[in-house]
Amino acid sequence: MMKKLINDPNQVVNDMLEGMVVAYRDRLRRLPGTNVIVRNDAPVKGKVGIVSGGGSGHEPAHAGYVGKGMLDAAVCGEVFTSPTPDQVLEAIKAVDSGKGVFLIIKNYTGDVMNFEMAAELAEAEGIRVAKVIVNDDVAVEDSTFTTGRRGIAGTVFVHKIAGALAERGASLEEVEAVAKKVVQNVRSMGMALTPCTVPAAGKPGFELGENEIEVGIGIHGEPGIEKTTLKTADEITETLLNKIFADMKLEKGDRVAVMINGLGATPLMELYIVNKKVSEILKEKQIHVHETFVGEYMTSLEMAGCSISLLKLDDSLIELLDAPADTIALKK
Amino acid sequence: MAFGVEQAKRWMNIANDKIQQQKQYLTELDQAIGDGDHGLNTARGFQEVVEKIASVNYEDLGSLFKDVSMTLIAKVGGASGPLYGTAFLKMSLALNGKKEADDKELVAALEAALSGIKARGKASVGEKTMVDVWEPVIELLREKGSMQAKEAALLAKEKMEHTKELEAKKGRAAYLGKRSVGHIDPGSASSYFLFAALAEALEG
Repeated sequence: MMKKLINDPNQVVNDMLEGMVVAYRDRLRRLPGTNVIVRNDAPVKGKVGIVSGGGSGHEPAHAGYVGKGMLDAAVCGEVFTSPTPDQVLEAIKAVDSGKGVFLIIKNYTGDVMNFEMAAELAEAEGIRVAKVIVNDDVAVEDSTFTTGRRGIAGTVFVHKIAGALAERGASLEEVEAVAKKVVQNVRSMGMALTPCTVPAAGKPGFELGENEIEVGIGIHGEPGIEKTTLKTADEITETLLNKIFADMKLEKGDRVAVMINGLGATPLMELYIVNKKVSEILKEKQIHVHETFVGEYMTSLEMAGCSISLLKLDDSLIELLDAPADTIALKK
Repeated sequence: MAFGVEQAKRWMNIANDKIQQQKQYLTELDQAIGDGDHGLNTARGFQEVVEKIASVNYEDLGSLFKDVSMTLIAKVGGASGPLYGTAFLKMSLALNGKKEADDKELVAALEAALSGIKARGKASVGEKTMVDVWEPVIELLREKGSMQAKEAALLAKEKMEHTKELEAKKGRAAYLGKRSVGHIDPGSASSYFLFAALAEALEG
């Protein structure tokens, strides 16, 4: 049986957004008749507007990152379902101050198609639009929802850094360039202990045995690399990190930001335990950790598990990562 | 042949009738190799389309197809929404300001729709998608140099059935690999209904 604190499975996104905007009405508003959340002061004059979004169920992503120094708008689709282009178009129009709008899209077939279509519609209305497609997940090349790598928690770094640059009045081209640089330098890998249930579906999207975990899980419960038996946190952390290292050139003396992201039902205690091992391994490799983010940044409903993201930094990225941000889910 | 606002509306009405009648069939096709929502999604979208266009007196084909496109985009969802939305958006641009389209103009508009679908879905012939119906049909029309709608509909049916033999390379069905063989692609089936509806609309 599905046990959730909801009213109507078909109304969860609406009810969530209502609750969110009323709680944070000093900083957010919802565009009438849409599932788009925008900064209260949008469009911000002289600033490139930044729009992200995707299916709901990944809270605090993406509406939690709307605010000064990060996103201007988040478009919230149904649970695990891409928003439609008309909604994305409304977001673009609401945040365009004449300086263009930048779209941050996670690499899922539906998201890419719907956001690209919205971009074309906006361009037809005379709004300049650029985009980046985030594909930080090193687990699998192709999965149930996408061709190529998936976009997961590393997307939050793209929000943070592109948002910081836009806040300084950078051009659309500059914002695009820095976002692409982040995408090239961020890698993630996740695992699940338990599955999650989409409210409208009523049953879990996949199954895991009593003692089983899924390594390389996607944030919608898409299959990863393998199902294996539960191991210690240290062993699992090592597996996840090794997969990241295999794909990312990191050398002695390199600087990184680390994100230990809970998937929805993982106690902070366990995330800290994971981070202990991450920091040990990085120390051993003489990789300097500039900053560590531990918490829930991009969840998968009530899935238990975590993802680890590493972002390789240079001076300019560090400056933007450290720049002020004032959103519900990330403050600097 | 004259293809004006009246014919375009008739096309959409007949297409909607067919899709409503075949909703269950499209759902079954999609349940076999996709996520099972193609029938419901397209039926909901085209129902909204006929309601929308019935309420407006259009001056030109461009504005009619713009409404068709925007309605499908907003109401269909999934991948079919942006794909069909793009197709009709390209037709709308091609027929902008035209009260009536002659054969050549209609074929050119359908050709624009096909290139829109291909660009949006990044698919080409042989990947078990709606492109497997659209591309040969448009080629036929281009070769004939006129709007041979009946022939086009027959070819569309044949090509739809041919998708059964193909292994999916795009969309959800691609994850089934070889297991997708033996099933008709749902998008190619709804595309066939569109061409069959166009033939009937031009006949009447």
